[in-house]
Amino acid sequence: MNPTDRAEHAVDHAAAAARFVADDARAHWHDQALWWVRKKRDVASSAVPDWELLRDAAAGIKAHTLSRLAAYLEQFEQQATSRGAQVHFARDAAEHNAIVHRILSERGITKLVKSKSMLTEECHLNPYLEARGVTVTDTDLGERIVQLRHEPPSHIVLPAIHLKKEEIGELFHAELGTEKGASDPKYLTEAARGHLRQRFLEAGAGLTGVNFAVAETGGVVVCTNEGNADMGTTLPPVHIACMGVEKLIPRWQDLAVFTRLLARSATGQPVTTYTTHFHGPRPGGELHIVVVDNGRSRQLADPTFRRSLSCIRCGACMNTCPVFRRSGGYSYGWIVPGPIGSILAPGRDAAAHRSLPFASSLCGSCTDVCPVRIDLHHEILAWRQEIVRRGLLPWPKRAAMKVLAVVLRFTWLYRLAGWLARRVVPLLPRGLVYGRFNGWGKQRELPPMPRESFRDAYRRHRART
Amino acid sequence: MPTVGLFIPCYVEQLYPQVGLATLRLLERHGCRVEYPEQQTCCGQPMTNSGCNDEAKPLADKFLRLFAGYEYVVAPSGSCVSQVRNHYQQFLDGRPGFEHLRRATYELCEFLVDVLKLPRIEGSFPRKVGLHQSCHALRELRLGSGSERKVAPFNKVQLLLSELQGIQLVELARQDECCGFGGTFAVNEEAVSCMMGKDRIADHERAGAEVVTGVDMSCLMHLDGLIRRERRPLRVMHVAEVLAEAEGLS
Repeated sequence: MNPTDRAEHAVDHAAAAARFVADDARAHWHDQALWWVRKKRDVASSAVPDWELLRDAAAGIKAHTLSRLAAYLEQFEQQATSRGAQVHFARDAAEHNAIVHRILSERGITKLVKSKSMLTEECHLNPYLEARGVTVTDTDLGERIVQLRHEPPSHIVLPAIHLKKEEIGELFHAELGTEKGASDPKYLTEAARGHLRQRFLEAGAGLTGVNFAVAETGGVVVCTNEGNADMGTTLPPVHIACMGVEKLIPRWQDLAVFTRLLARSATGQPVTTYTTHFHGPRPGGELHIVVVDNGRSRQLADPTFRRSLSCIRCGACMNTCPVFRRSGGYSYGWIVPGPIGSILAPGRDAAAHRSLPFASSLCGSCTDVCPVRIDLHHEILAWRQEIVRRGLLPWPKRAAMKVLAVVLRFTWLYRLAGWLARRVVPLLPRGLVYGRFNGWGKQRELPPMPRESFRDAYRRHRART
Repeated sequence: MPTVGLFIPCYVEQLYPQVGLATLRLLERHGCRVEYPEQQTCCGQPMTNSGCNDEAKPLADKFLRLFAGYEYVVAPSGSCVSQVRNHYQQFLDGRPGFEHLRRATYELCEFLVDVLKLPRIEGSFPRKVGLHQSCHALRELRLGSGSERKVAPFNKVQLLLSELQGIQLVELARQDECCGFGGTFAVNEEAVSCMMGKDRIADHERAGAEVVTGVDMSCLMHLDGLIRRERRPLRVMHVAEVLAEAEGLS
């Protein structure tokens, strides 16, 4: 399977996860790397008094904004335009890509540098532009690494978290001419820096994502740790900022709530190294803001799944998710993996992503780390219901639940089934009980089969007392 | 004397009668009049968690019919109590008796601490114990503050255990990570589920636990299955068994 067009295939998360787990050492390494980020988040969030109130405020601001999104979009467009930016609206990925390409082609630009933007990943912008003769360079280090490997990012904040430094050393040796066998992170980063510097200087335009767009001021805010967005918007004369409609917040002062939450939740830093505010183009330059719907207004119309539009893409739900840490970003087969991806992906194509809402133990840790209080595990559960409602649950599972439900409705039948299991299973040869059909027993013993049930024990207890 | 309808999860009724008995003895020891409605089967959580609401609804109806008349309903399970408290609304909203049932249904430790307001359980349990925080008890019933949230730390289960004489509660590296049971998840996502379970067991072992306890036998059944397969020297005990043994009730 070509990882860049994973979304076109039905995803079997359990099978992909089993392959990931099969490399035990690597799976543990991945788990521990992300747990370390989760712990950093715990420390950083503990340092903020009233962290939970901050989450309340963020959730409230997002809910309010989404409740009158159209009005805020108009206000944002007006304000941004009055500051000299050009605002483009795109209904879907195709329109978004066409707008970006038109901006470039009208100016004869063939070299584009790009900072991190999950939206452009979602829209598959890179292959679209490359097919039209534009050289696209991802300038976030992690993004550049996965781009050189012709892979999508495996995590929305830590795109190359699935790779070890030795693998990056090999890649850079082949692609950037670093010394063979070198894996010192500082050395490799310096090499990438030199390589990227050239790309920055040659670029005709810089594209960035948008973390927040402020309706009141018409400004957009981009948060990075590497300063690559700043290089990409100060060297070339044209800046294209791409954002989903959900990136809006009403007022300048609301921004403080989110900048306090974002980096702490994402990486455990008090704030991103660079938080850059763009209010109109720089002198002599151009600023294009492409505002994209691509299914978001459909999600907004759905009362059950609307809240997940509040997502600020911090990745905290991924770092805390015990399943994500042990199955890796690619097992989700969609550009946004983890708990939030398990809600967003089926919203795009429920049939292709029907396994994702089941890739969760429903432990609820995601819900408790989410800085904007998305009730992630409840929405994941709601997706399971939706998948059953649409007839997408594989029939053996559906049938098993139907049979179980009948057994449990009739107390006598339930007792009989329990009695039979407790009496018969201990008599069967082990090879039969632990046969291929027994998914539980592959690595686990079955529970002991006691001779009496609790009801029997209760009756004896009552006879005595 | 509070009257309690004893809610015993189906798999406890069939596979872990001693956990049900320990619960019963604890409640009686602390002054409750306990009845076990014998017609009960399952709360329907396996169906709800699989998205099969049509199959779950008749079980919710049955549960309401059997338990609505009790002053309190108590179960030795956080997960099944969460099903009643947090997930029955979609089936039973507005039905007579449901609001009462929802408010009156408690997990055992929660009931001992919040309703009976026991200052402590008198007894001794001189073992090294690892407390497994089962997720639904922790994050859906809020029996503890949880490592994610920045609120004043509390834990009702730990509170009861820590008062026992001689008990040593071990310190885990990951105090409340999921064990990977997750109902049908345990089979649907077998590989990840077992890796999660083994990681929890390793954490308890490294911390020096002899006994792993928790409020949900389902998590413990999963962990026990892994422990016995690998012949590890750990033992699982439901918290009701620990408390009952400490009080000399078993």
